[in-house]
Amino acid sequence: MSLTTNTTFDASAHWELSAQVSLRDEEFGALAYHHVNRRLVFLKSRDLVNLVRRLGEFENAREALDALIGVHEHDRYLVALSSLAQSELLHGG
Amino acid sequence: MAAESSLRDRFEHGLAAPICLTWELTYACNLACTHCLSSSGRRDPRELSTVEAKALIDEIAAMQIFYINIGGGEPMIRRDFFDLIEYAVGQRVGVKFSTNGTRIDKKAAQRLASLDYLDVQVSIDGADALTSDRIRGVGSYDAARRAMDNLAQANFGPFKISIVMTRHSVEQLDEFEALADSYGAQLRLTRLRPSGRGVDVWQELHPTREQNRRLYEWLVERPNVLTGDSFFHLSALGSPLEGLNLCGAGRVVCLIDPVGDVYACPFVIHDEFLAGNVRTAGFGAVWTESELFRSLREPGNPGACASCGSFDACRGGCMAAKFFTGLEMSDPDPECVFGHGERALEAKNVLIRPVSSSDHSKRVPVTLSLR
Repeated sequence: MSLTTNTTFDASAHWELSAQVSLRDEEFGALAYHHVNRRLVFLKSRDLVNLVRRLGEFENAREALDALIGVHEHDRYLVALSSLAQSELLHGG
Repeated sequence: MAAESSLRDRFEHGLAAPICLTWELTYACNLACTHCLSSSGRRDPRELSTVEAKALIDEIAAMQIFYINIGGGEPMIRRDFFDLIEYAVGQRVGVKFSTNGTRIDKKAAQRLASLDYLDVQVSIDGADALTSDRIRGVGSYDAARRAMDNLAQANFGPFKISIVMTRHSVEQLDEFEALADSYGAQLRLTRLRPSGRGVDVWQELHPTREQNRRLYEWLVERPNVLTGDSFFHLSALGSPLEGLNLCGAGRVVCLIDPVGDVYACPFVIHDEFLAGNVRTAGFGAVWTESELFRSLREPGNPGACASCGSFDACRGGCMAAKFFTGLEMSDPDPECVFGHGERALEAKNVLIRPVSSSDHSKRVPVTLSLR
């Protein structure tokens, strides 16, 4: 899909939330803060927050998506994961 | 941009905890800047004790407030300054603190450089001593430059140089950029507000409409210059500036003053914007339950700005700037880029403006002491 071709996110690799990141639940989802690079990111859905929190439990990102996110939403969530990886909020790849 | 604006709507309803919490550690200051937002000078005898301050940091950590902005007064004047900031970063509460730099000698610079999760903002108000000292006092510019030299020598990394935009400093933007580059520092520009002692100088020092327009264009070209979301009233000139572009008072922003009083933002130290005190109920209770904060989270009334096509860009501007110039919340920002604020001020012809109820200014002229 065109949404994901311009990113380098490898969904077949293992990813997890960086140990340097704190998540704070909010009504709209959560705030994520990277304590070292100081990036503050808004996670705009609770499903995304759940996915990010549990990402490390799965062999790879694709399996996490299959388990936690409806299939028609996968592309949107891949874009989000890719952006979080670029901001170093996710660790792995 | 639909997603972004819906997120902004969520912010206007308030968050579980602030994103930007400013904590003024002390009203004591060895300078007497003419535009001081907090009318600082004398220490308040009711200042939070070390034990109380640490309990507050515990609560901030528990609320997952990721970082705090520490100011004053001059925060480094507190004897427990290092104790408190080390306690905060030890709990992963990041610290950004603003200082006039007079206390950053070589030893202090090394100690600051050794801490993770710490940012330092050294304030000047001109790119040369003449311009800066006119506001901050004789000797203050050289002292701030010594602090920058010491931070650079201690390999602190990219510290920040913080400048309030006045009619004079706004003419020196390129010099500030060169100065920051020479240190590998980051530039931070903020808006002059008619708050604290600033009310006395705002009329003669706030940038002209033409200067604000040039400032906006300069900032649009430099998204990496930090502004603390100060200039969102200028976003009505075109594309939005970096930041949330809304008044965060009581929604994502608030201030805890040295005696534990909680105000809606750092620029409104006035009874009308006092939400409570951390000594009574703790900070969390004030943040979530204060009637003032709840009312600030209600949808705002665009008032006189309702018919302006740019309301969505500037949201009527800064609450503090309106309040301390004697305007109503439903009036335009006094520095509205279309001049609506100037006209509102003229039409009102205000004789009495609100004055901050908390004034710690020294009663005698201050000569700079570096001790």
